[in-house]
Amino acid sequence: MTRYIVRRLLAMPLLLLGVATAAFFLSHVTKADPLSAIVSERQMNNPEIVAAAKARWGLDRSVPEQYAIYIGNLLQGDLGTSFRTRMPVANDIMARLPATLELVLFAMVFGVFGGVALGIAAARWRDTMIDHAARLVALIGSSMPVFWTGLILLYVFSVALGWLPGPGRIDARAVPPAGATGFYTLDALLAGDIDAFLKALSHLVLPAFVLGWAVMGVISRLVRGSMLDVLEQDYIRTARAKGAGERRVLVVHALRNAMIPTLTIIGHSFAYLITGAVLTETIFAWPGVGSYAVDSARTLDHPAIIGVTLVGAAAFLLSNLATDVAYAVFNPRIGFGGADG
Amino acid sequence: MAEALARARRPSWLTVPVALGVVVVAFWIVAALTAPLWGLDEPLKMVARRLQPPSAEHWLGTDALGRDVFSRTIHGARISLAIAAVVVLAAVAIGAGLGALAGFFGGWWDAAVMRLVDVTLAFPPVLLAMAVAATLGPGLENAAVALVAVWWPVYARLMRAQVLEVKTREHVEAAIAGGATRSRLLFKHILSLCWTPIQVNATMDVGQVILLAAALSFIGLGASPPTPEWGAMISEGATQFYSWWIAFGPGFAILTLVLGFNFLGDGLRDLMDERSSR
Repeated sequence: MTRYIVRRLLAMPLLLLGVATAAFFLSHVTKADPLSAIVSERQMNNPEIVAAAKARWGLDRSVPEQYAIYIGNLLQGDLGTSFRTRMPVANDIMARLPATLELVLFAMVFGVFGGVALGIAAARWRDTMIDHAARLVALIGSSMPVFWTGLILLYVFSVALGWLPGPGRIDARAVPPAGATGFYTLDALLAGDIDAFLKALSHLVLPAFVLGWAVMGVISRLVRGSMLDVLEQDYIRTARAKGAGERRVLVVHALRNAMIPTLTIIGHSFAYLITGAVLTETIFAWPGVGSYAVDSARTLDHPAIIGVTLVGAAAFLLSNLATDVAYAVFNPRIGFGGADG
Repeated sequence: MAEALARARRPSWLTVPVALGVVVVAFWIVAALTAPLWGLDEPLKMVARRLQPPSAEHWLGTDALGRDVFSRTIHGARISLAIAAVVVLAAVAIGAGLGALAGFFGGWWDAAVMRLVDVTLAFPPVLLAMAVAATLGPGLENAAVALVAVWWPVYARLMRAQVLEVKTREHVEAAIAGGATRSRLLFKHILSLCWTPIQVNATMDVGQVILLAAALSFIGLGASPPTPEWGAMISEGATQFYSWWIAFGPGFAILTLVLGFNFLGDGLRDLMDERSSR
């Protein structure tokens, strides 16, 4: 097992280098001329300014040299400068990260609780209407376009019923709670401002629900499967024979063991969360990394979109690594002989 | 009694969800093939006053340009299904091709292909698709290329594993001893046994491809107006927020079609599990 973890850790820098190389390749095959974003249209006719700009941004070097500079910059945390915001891409991403993390965290709460509940219900009443209904709810979650569900729910709960606020992290005229974490809910709580906390929470409910529903399907499917496996085992029959109540059997005896594979999928559902977050943020005007990515892609802001993609890939790789390592540690019975890194 | 008989005759994979999936997917395929024959309004023509709510005449209302949303939704199936088919077929052709060669020949070619697979799979799909589509520029064809770039590695990995497994079977050794050429070995004796998991995976992927293609169009990187593409229509609906019916039709169409493919995929997966556990 130690060998497996070490091998995964050693492969990580190589994979990251590969990802960076792919990103460099992408930024080089684009038809858009990076100069046109740096030099204004009128100055393009002035060869001196163009040459100076080329030298300043390293565009006069050979491709291998540019590659070396690119990798060197990446190692220093420099992802380039956005054409659109004229700010370093890394700064843009950092500024928007808390909004995305807060959304993803609340979505995870919906997704995990909903998914585990649906999974248990489906396993407990296997092949009954409850099972089918639970699977349908879960499947709808992974079949719906989140950008559409978001629109419909916004219309129903915000426009038609008026129960929840419209898009955004906070009311348009309100001052966002100042604080160190950047999580509006947490910052408001830390400042003791209950009113601001409830406002921030009410803005979070819909996008977090939409996003959570999208991952619920994956989680509930796995909980159902592993609950069914566990429920067939001898120790469950023993517990039942000793007179344990059905609820006690499910929650105390079965769920504990069924959760081990589920932990992995919760880790791996990160990919679904990223996909969902990108589109959910767009609909809910959520000022996070996802809407930044979409705005960058829409305006063909190549440094920004490639920067976000690079960071997303790194986060994706690291979360998968952490999940797999955690799984190996918690469940030492699993062999990793044939698993390739 | 009659019920028990019916159950006994029904093949085990034909569950209610699978049947439902078949019906829904078949409906949309027929709709895509026959849309022009339905006698609907022209999907690109302004046929009524703009932003009319659903009525007996226009079942799903009209959009900001006075076009019939129902007609555009039905016609949208042509684009979504065509894209999904092209993307999945291309991803299978490229991925399975590279994967089969990697598994068959091994060596540096195998290493090169598999490292490329690893790197591609390291990207979150939606971000990679967006980055590639933005790099190539907006348009339906470029969006399709971006989707193929996201999906081919899955098939490469699957096919390589299959070929590696089949390669060690006895009939292959017998063929080698019998003096079969390498191409005959690969095409006749190995590949013919490798397709089943590829087919199952492809079926399950169609729904996801439709979703991501619609997402790219929604963002503005796929189909451009006035094309009746579902993602682009939802994007138009998002700008006319109070006219909910503009986005409702295309979104509901995506939901049902993807749900149909997921039901099908679920049934296929259960079938495979059943077989492999026997």
